[in-house]
Amino acid sequence: MSNHARPLPEPDADSAPYWQGCREHRLLLRRCTDCGGVQFPPGPRCPDCGARTHDWVEASGRGWVFSWIVVHHPVPREVYQDEVPYVVALIELAEGPRLAANIVGCEPAAISAGMAVTVEFEDVTEQITLPRFRPTQPATPT
Amino acid sequence: MWSLRDKYAIAGVGYTEYSSKSGVTVLDLATRACGNALADAGLGADQVDGVISYTFNDSVPAMAVATGLGLPGARYAVDYQAGGNAANLVIQAAAAAIEAGLAENVLCYRAMNGRSGFRLGGGRELTARGITQHTAPHGWISYPQAMAMWCRRHMIRHGTTSAQLGAVAVTCRDNAALNERAMMRQPITLADHRNARMIVEPFRLLDICLESDGACAVLVTGAERARDLRQRPVYILGAAYGGGPNQGDDLFDAIRWPDHDHNYSRYIADDLWRGAGVGPRDVDVAEIYDCFTYSVIVQLEGFGFCPPGEGGGFVQDGRIARDGELPINTHGGLLSEAYIHGLNHVVEAVEQLRGQAGPRQIDGAEIALTTAGAMTCGSALVLRN
Repeated sequence: MSNHARPLPEPDADSAPYWQGCREHRLLLRRCTDCGGVQFPPGPRCPDCGARTHDWVEASGRGWVFSWIVVHHPVPREVYQDEVPYVVALIELAEGPRLAANIVGCEPAAISAGMAVTVEFEDVTEQITLPRFRPTQPATPT
Repeated sequence: MWSLRDKYAIAGVGYTEYSSKSGVTVLDLATRACGNALADAGLGADQVDGVISYTFNDSVPAMAVATGLGLPGARYAVDYQAGGNAANLVIQAAAAAIEAGLAENVLCYRAMNGRSGFRLGGGRELTARGITQHTAPHGWISYPQAMAMWCRRHMIRHGTTSAQLGAVAVTCRDNAALNERAMMRQPITLADHRNARMIVEPFRLLDICLESDGACAVLVTGAERARDLRQRPVYILGAAYGGGPNQGDDLFDAIRWPDHDHNYSRYIADDLWRGAGVGPRDVDVAEIYDCFTYSVIVQLEGFGFCPPGEGGGFVQDGRIARDGELPINTHGGLLSEAYIHGLNHVVEAVEQLRGQAGPRQIDGAEIALTTAGAMTCGSALVLRN
């Protein structure tokens, strides 16, 4: 996934800290300072309690595969014809929220529900870095 | 909850040819379908004072159709920014508008050159702003890609199989074979489905609906008025619209949806059946929104035809065939008739309840369900003759 013709995120006032975090290779989640809820995607208000006040917490970067697709037919063709097949997954983060991202570093057929994954970051341009996920390597026994 | 049981009726339906290249403008399609609905009802354009449509930036507004039809007194011309989720909502809204005294005779239509013009599935608007900044950059763009994520979740939770999806595709095609206006009439087998090109796992080509140029229109009026018109009235027993508490930022977005193994239908079923005063067992024919094969399975569960998770088994063994326990999509659906965003399901339900469905007629059909939508929000009607 290194084709720069693909659509790049246009950060807005709600999401700018999140994308800035990605540039710094940190996965930041919006946390409501009223009810403590941690949410994705970041919006103007807490979807749980409606409060506007919030701060940002760095996620562990660990999660698991909630659902996934394997794209074979490129849409649009001119952008993705050299990318297919590729995997898009809904990842449920250890902190609770889900986000959508590509899974790299394994064959599409090897992906399974509940598979543990860890975030990494792809610097797409000087301004934009995207999170993506890779199967978590088992910890080396000590 | 719907409180207008039997007070309003569908008095006319109209449609154009369905094709992949209409060669005419969307306004031409829209006014033709509306004109056909008026002719069907035997009502003059001078009697129509309401027009409602829904559009995905791919159609013409209600005011243009009111103008094009030469309506002398359009008092209520409204457009919903919506896809198939609104196919039954517009009819509910028409009845509500009449009840409120805003109009007396309301045309509802959906019109687009969905194949030769703006292709909804084509990812043409390739932007990543608002909610799509969190989806499109990862190559998650088209509706087949969106729904495949839901379908996979159903497979994970309930063991639903591709062969079960195939049973829906085959049933729709069998029905379309008897429908002269269907775009795809060549029968298919489960093996054809199994061997079809993979588009986005778990969807193969035959899991995905058509792209169509065409239009449908429905005339809604008061029950008493309908009885004076040309056709046997089809009464609106029940109507519901909605979804859960996390309907998302647009139709595609379901990141915060509780679990993609169920959809809007679970949230509106109670409203629908209580308003209609009947239940799933009373339905003679069901026109289920089938933008994808999977959508049928999850809605059969949501509307209570089978328990959650058992929709995959339900669609097998001929249960949804014309001679089965619950005939579905007797026209061929979006999968094989045409993709007119669900309004063609209403047209078919009306023809079934009038006994005018020709070789596809379900004998003795008295109560029909139509549904519209596949993800976080949608609408449904219960109709009777």
